[in-house]
Amino acid sequence: MPEMLSLSNDPILFIAVMLTKILSVFIVVVLIVAYATYAERKIIGRMQTRLGPTMTGPLGLLQPIADGLKLFFKEDIIPSQASKVAFVLAPMMILVPAFITVGVIPFGGDIVIRGYTVPLQIADLNVGILYIIAMAGLGVYGIVLAGWSSNNKYSLIGGVRAAAQVISYELAAGLSIVAVFMLAETLSLRGIVEAQSGSILNWYVFSQPLAFCLFFITSIAEINRTPFDLPEAETELVSGFCTEYSSMKYALFFMAEYANMVVIAALISTLFLGGPAGPFPGVINILIKVFGFMFIFIWMRATFPRVRYDQLMFMGWKVFLPLALLNIVITGVVIIL
Amino acid sequence: MIKEFIQGLSITAKHLLPGHSTTVEYPKVKLKPSERFRGLHRLVPEQDHEKCVACYLCATACPAKCITIEADEDESGRKYPTVYQIDLLRCIFCGYCVEACPVEAIEMTGEYELANLKREDFTYTKERLLK
Repeated sequence: MPEMLSLSNDPILFIAVMLTKILSVFIVVVLIVAYATYAERKIIGRMQTRLGPTMTGPLGLLQPIADGLKLFFKEDIIPSQASKVAFVLAPMMILVPAFITVGVIPFGGDIVIRGYTVPLQIADLNVGILYIIAMAGLGVYGIVLAGWSSNNKYSLIGGVRAAAQVISYELAAGLSIVAVFMLAETLSLRGIVEAQSGSILNWYVFSQPLAFCLFFITSIAEINRTPFDLPEAETELVSGFCTEYSSMKYALFFMAEYANMVVIAALISTLFLGGPAGPFPGVINILIKVFGFMFIFIWMRATFPRVRYDQLMFMGWKVFLPLALLNIVITGVVIIL
Repeated sequence: MIKEFIQGLSITAKHLLPGHSTTVEYPKVKLKPSERFRGLHRLVPEQDHEKCVACYLCATACPAKCITIEADEDESGRKYPTVYQIDLLRCIFCGYCVEACPVEAIEMTGEYELANLKREDFTYTKERLLK
């Protein structure tokens, strides 16, 4: 195995490779985000025996671009009673954590460039999972800030709900993946992927099915997707925390929601499905897994009604949290034996 | 509970298969309205003139008061409308005019694409109704 490329052994190549990786990952994620909106409208439309967009371009394929252009040219309204700085800051605070989380997700095996090993991962943090959980926690500040700074009762309730929901579900999500790094004995995502390498049976979805289910459900709740989209429950809260937002700021919220979906899908694939492992070249494998999870998210949105607030809290604290703790205990016992 | 979840998911998955869409892609595909559809009115012609005898029964029956009639007599003594106008902006397409007509001179067609750009274009004169 050749030496790992780093800033000390070939700085120019390192910076070039880094920039390439960052740009390509960013562009791919933005493209997935754009076309996830299209896919969502198409799939949900079909599931509700409608057609979804058909008019813009062949099969409506230019719909995301049309939507983006439309939102870009819309009037940008800041309510006169809003706290201006926080109001402008909130959509960025929600989008940035969503995008920078992608930085630690490995999207392929190692490749060799000019005699140096280059990992297909933007940054291999040795506290990767901790970083992801921290960023997920940071994302909720954007929602709370948006809800509070809009100076609107619906926004405020949406923001407060988001805070309560994320706090409740972050615990269960965090605890459910504790079992994973108890097995992998590392917090680095690269390490976790290596620990699952070899046979398909080494994937943690088989050794940790409970943790997989818990993490899947709690992370849907964390990114405020249906059936846990209480912060933006249209029926009672108009549009929740983003009621007062318009134009590009609204588009940022929208992008953040889908970017979060991509990140969570990539994260579940990495933690439980061996990341880039599989029959095809690494990048394609992880993309297949990500698209699979995205499809399931969309499918669930088309199927399930929103849970009630007390059901949400009940599930978070009285079902998922004890189950996650139980899973840790069982895993610990099995490891010791 | 899990059983119900799977049941719901399978229903939506089934709808995803092609052939379940109920959408009609309107400008490209048009639905044919039924025989009894109440669309645009038509004055029934009879040889060279209209059947209408200008009895005012349709205008009287009209709940929206959208029919304007001015009557006259021709040289043979037959009563006929010189003006017969329907203001489609007021019309509620109830079909009472058709029911009221004693000589079956007015009927309703399946024509439903009635959008126009100018207010004046919604006033259907005798000539337009006879077409």
